[in-house]
Amino acid sequence: MIEPRPFWDWGWVFEHLGLIGRQLAEHLVLTFVAVGIGLAISLPLGVLAYRRPRTYPPTTYVTGLLYTIPSLAALSLLVPFTGLSTLTAEIALVSYTLLILVRNIVAGLRGVPEDVKEAAAGMGYGRRQLLWRVELPLALPAIVAGVRIATVTTIGLVTVTALIGKGGLGRLMLGGFRNLFPEVMIPVALALTVLLSLGFDGALLLMERLLSPWTRRRVLRSAA
Amino acid sequence: MAATGHTGLVAEPMISLRNVSKRFPGARDPAVRDLSLDVAEGETVVLVGPSGCGKTTTMKMINRLIEPSSGSIEVGGRDVLRQDPVQLRRGIGYVIQSIGLLPHRTVFDNIATVPRLERWPRERIGARVRELTEIFSLDEELLPRYPAELSGGQRQRVGVARALAVDPPVMLMDEPFAAVDPIVRVRLQDEFLEIQRRLRKTIVFVTHDIDEAIKMADRIAILNLGAVIEQLGPPEEILREPATDFVRRFVGEERGLKRLALIHVSDIEIEDGPVVAPSDAPEDARKAMARFDTDWVSVVDDGELLGWVDEAALEGKASVGDAEPRRFSAYVTGDSSLRQALDSIVTSRTNVAVVLGEGQRYVGILRLERVSGEIIQ
Repeated sequence: MIEPRPFWDWGWVFEHLGLIGRQLAEHLVLTFVAVGIGLAISLPLGVLAYRRPRTYPPTTYVTGLLYTIPSLAALSLLVPFTGLSTLTAEIALVSYTLLILVRNIVAGLRGVPEDVKEAAAGMGYGRRQLLWRVELPLALPAIVAGVRIATVTTIGLVTVTALIGKGGLGRLMLGGFRNLFPEVMIPVALALTVLLSLGFDGALLLMERLLSPWTRRRVLRSAA
Repeated sequence: MAATGHTGLVAEPMISLRNVSKRFPGARDPAVRDLSLDVAEGETVVLVGPSGCGKTTTMKMINRLIEPSSGSIEVGGRDVLRQDPVQLRRGIGYVIQSIGLLPHRTVFDNIATVPRLERWPRERIGARVRELTEIFSLDEELLPRYPAELSGGQRQRVGVARALAVDPPVMLMDEPFAAVDPIVRVRLQDEFLEIQRRLRKTIVFVTHDIDEAIKMADRIAILNLGAVIEQLGPPEEILREPATDFVRRFVGEERGLKRLALIHVSDIEIEDGPVVAPSDAPEDARKAMARFDTDWVSVVDDGELLGWVDEAALEGKASVGDAEPRRFSAYVTGDSSLRQALDSIVTSRTNVAVVLGEGQRYVGILRLERVSGEIIQ
């Protein structure tokens, strides 16, 4: 008869702190890189879609299509080309951030008041200055909102890349599922993933508040 | 009151539009049709007309926010179409109805916008912002605030201060006072006129409000559809002699009253009126009343006005001074408008407006007939 194993075992956790730490670090890196590259691709796409509205429908069509591909299918399709590599994982992860990020960037830029743009142009802002000093700063709250959703989504999706030997905390989950110790490994990985999501979400929110103090003050004033 | 007397063709005009047209793609009629207009240095020309008449389009072509389809525009003797539009705009103050303050920048940073774009040194920017803060009677405590924390009037002042930051010779103002309530609007208009009296900027001002135009303009251009000039001239002239039916309709009712607001008491002849000294006998006062056909006399002691007395007050007194002259409820001065004088006439018990000079010096009186004569003229 099999001895019922404990749901939680601090002993196991302490013995495997190194492993847990490594997986956590991998999870962080995979997430960071995916959201970073996603943003680097989405920003020019979003700005282009904002300035030339005709490019917006095809952009949302393609990024929307990428978004609908199930992650398992995406990984399976990529492996023949890029192997069981970090590159494979990142291509899949990045492709899921694009739709969210582009949409939020465009929405943010379109939300910049017309009169503010007109006055700024009338005062002698060049197009690039207008973008970087007026339009993007004013779109920031919407863009950060997009980054928050993309980050939380990516943190969840990273676990799936355990199937190709990456996966960060996902590897602990898969390991627990396959072997031996699901009752401890899965809860540990799950708890850390959730904490990671909440932590990033909170940190990004804080960053947005710090970077756009004008929105905060207005809220405080109107409440007072 | 803006200075009058510009002919509009003194030496080189500061702004010159020559046969300017603008046709927007897809529109049947041009927004601006063959418009020519000169604005002299230091002059305020107000473009006024119904909405859609092309007045804002005309203004935006001067700083190239809209490109003309044909014609030429010069500012300060230089063809704007041959200049870098961004550089051109930095040299022209620009104020729009909704102000368009940058919501993510503090009041200080908003005012400092163009100096920063022009890379002024930090100390110079700080000094200039403080100077403008003073000129526009803004509280220094407002400088670190964001636009959302300001009242409508404060935002308007910041917007105009911002447009003047690099002291541009030319200002374009598109209904700059329209977004605030009427009381604040009048105050902002008065403040701006006061500031403009000192700065003598060359201003193109757009409004749909004829009263604002009359108040702010050296010359008014009344525009019909296609920015066709129906009449161009000083406000007083437009009110006195509307050139077309369109202008007459646009200027509207109360044309005479509006014109009175533009004429000063010092511009017209003032009657002496019935005057006696305090030492004079009641009999002298009665003679003065008879001569001027009034039932009261002014009591003036060595040039200074003490007040007025009527027949009843003189009863049984030894001299006019014993009758205890009553003060006039309202006076006008040479700077007052005839409209103010009219108000004084219709609200006073004596049915005249008393005109005073420096230090209560008695100058004379204005009667209703004299003022209404100016309306009919």
